[in-house]
Amino acid sequence: MNIPKDLRYTKTDEWIRVEGGAATMGISDYAQSQLSDIVYVEVLPQVGDVLVKGKPVASVESVKAASEVYLPAGGSVIKVNAALSATPELVNKDPYGEGWMVKITLADPAEINSLMDPKTYEAYCAGRQH
Amino acid sequence: MPFIPNTDAERKEMLRAVGVKKIDDLFADVPQANRFPRLDLPEPASEPEVMAEMRYLAEANSQAQASACFLGAGAYHHFIPAAVDHILQRGEFYTAYTPYQPEVSQGTLQSIFEFQTLIAALTGMEVANASHYDGATAAAEAAILALQQSRGRHRVVMSPVLHPHYRQTVHTYLQGAGVNFTGDETPENYAAFQTRSRVKYLAKCVDESTALVIVQYPSFIGEIEDLTPLAEIAHTAGALLAVVANPIALGLLKSPGEMGADIVLGEGQPLGIPLSYGGPYLGFFATRQSLLHKMSGRIAGETVDAQGRRGYVLTLAAREQHIKRERASSNICTNQALMALAASVYLSLMGNFGLRRVSELCYHHASYAAERLARIPGFQIVSRYPFFHEFVLRCPKSVSEINRHLLDQHEIIGGYDLGQDYPFLANHMLLAFTEMNSRDQIDALFDALSEEAL
Repeated sequence: MNIPKDLRYTKTDEWIRVEGGAATMGISDYAQSQLSDIVYVEVLPQVGDVLVKGKPVASVESVKAASEVYLPAGGSVIKVNAALSATPELVNKDPYGEGWMVKITLADPAEINSLMDPKTYEAYCAGRQH
Repeated sequence: MPFIPNTDAERKEMLRAVGVKKIDDLFADVPQANRFPRLDLPEPASEPEVMAEMRYLAEANSQAQASACFLGAGAYHHFIPAAVDHILQRGEFYTAYTPYQPEVSQGTLQSIFEFQTLIAALTGMEVANASHYDGATAAAEAAILALQQSRGRHRVVMSPVLHPHYRQTVHTYLQGAGVNFTGDETPENYAAFQTRSRVKYLAKCVDESTALVIVQYPSFIGEIEDLTPLAEIAHTAGALLAVVANPIALGLLKSPGEMGADIVLGEGQPLGIPLSYGGPYLGFFATRQSLLHKMSGRIAGETVDAQGRRGYVLTLAAREQHIKRERASSNICTNQALMALAASVYLSLMGNFGLRRVSELCYHHASYAAERLARIPGFQIVSRYPFFHEFVLRCPKSVSEINRHLLDQHEIIGGYDLGQDYPFLANHMLLAFTEMNSRDQIDALFDALSEEAL
């Protein structure tokens, strides 16, 4: 399980990377491996949309499940990953890199503090293995 | 394979879990006197007696096969090759349930895949689903798809010459969804109806809140209009265009896909399915690849197994309700497989050329009829645009009176009474012509209507 040290995580398995006032988000390696082969990703918002924390930002379908992806922290959308509609498998191959979903400017950088750090998230994932 | 879900032991366990001793206890709330009401049924009868009784009842009906039938308005009397029924009644296909398990249902899945391929080719679209209950429910699914796709738009523009039953079904499916319908308000008079039925008028109804425009091709009153300008206007406004198409007409006319439609749907009954009150009929639904994940219904796909052999499976199931739950576009997880098979067999037997021939015969019969009927004093053809195989005939008296005369005196099933749906079209009859209406039949209709002449 790949859990990069420079990211924060949610209970619904999104990650967020903060760089200055901006942040990039996607779903974790754990999430992509649980979903298995991802066949469809629809990024929901458009550039300019202002969304609060917890809003659905993507819809992901794999060969065995469909699930929503939620925004880990509120902000306004500055970029969406257009490549995912044609190449959804990027989320499987590179969940923390080319498989990113949405880039935002954070409305309240303090919101990040309420998210899990890599160590807590690792324990959280381990607790769900059986 | 058995589809009985539980055993006696399991039933006992369930009864124990809900705290009753026997099944009858579940009905304790129904008063004793109402529990087994006496039914007024005749004595048991033998099979020949039942057959005789059924035949007697059936003969009380007029039948399209035994009469000259000029009634259409959404369901049409076409020839059905004998092979269609023969294949449908094979035990491998003839079941109330559609078995989808690829391990045991390759034939069924292949037939669905071929149906989808045929519908996509006919409509000029990229993908089609395994079918819907009927054309009207397919129209409602188009509206649901468009509203989902548009995210936040709430207006659906419907043509007043979209079949009235289809419009009702769309309204019913979307009640409570906060949808704003425009275009289909009953026009106050004939002149307004003429104006509002045109592509030009519908184009003006499209705005930034419009998710979908739904039109019919040919229209409910049989007319053909080029939909290309409407598609362009809808797309400019960010809306989708759905076209309800007659599949037989598509044998001859330019496909809605070529005119820019985003969704093409319709009633598949003309493709090898007999006229019957209450169905079963067949809804077909096709769209663009880009809307595939929003499309409702089943989809069969072609693939290869572990040994590289060709095989068929249901595919893209993650979009469906049983996986996506409340976030799915639609509640529909089923299809009309046996009727879809009928359509596939029909289209395969006809082929490209055969379907075009059927379509041409329909068109020429309607043209011949229009030319003749227009000569009867008091009758007038009121279709101003080119029509396919239906047109509107203004009559000198009520349509019901004329139809009664046609049926009683001439064994002719007359046209559809448009006054039922459009009050200003009282005394207007919608007549349909297919390859089944020979020149002799049309001449007989001319003679019979001449008796009603002014």
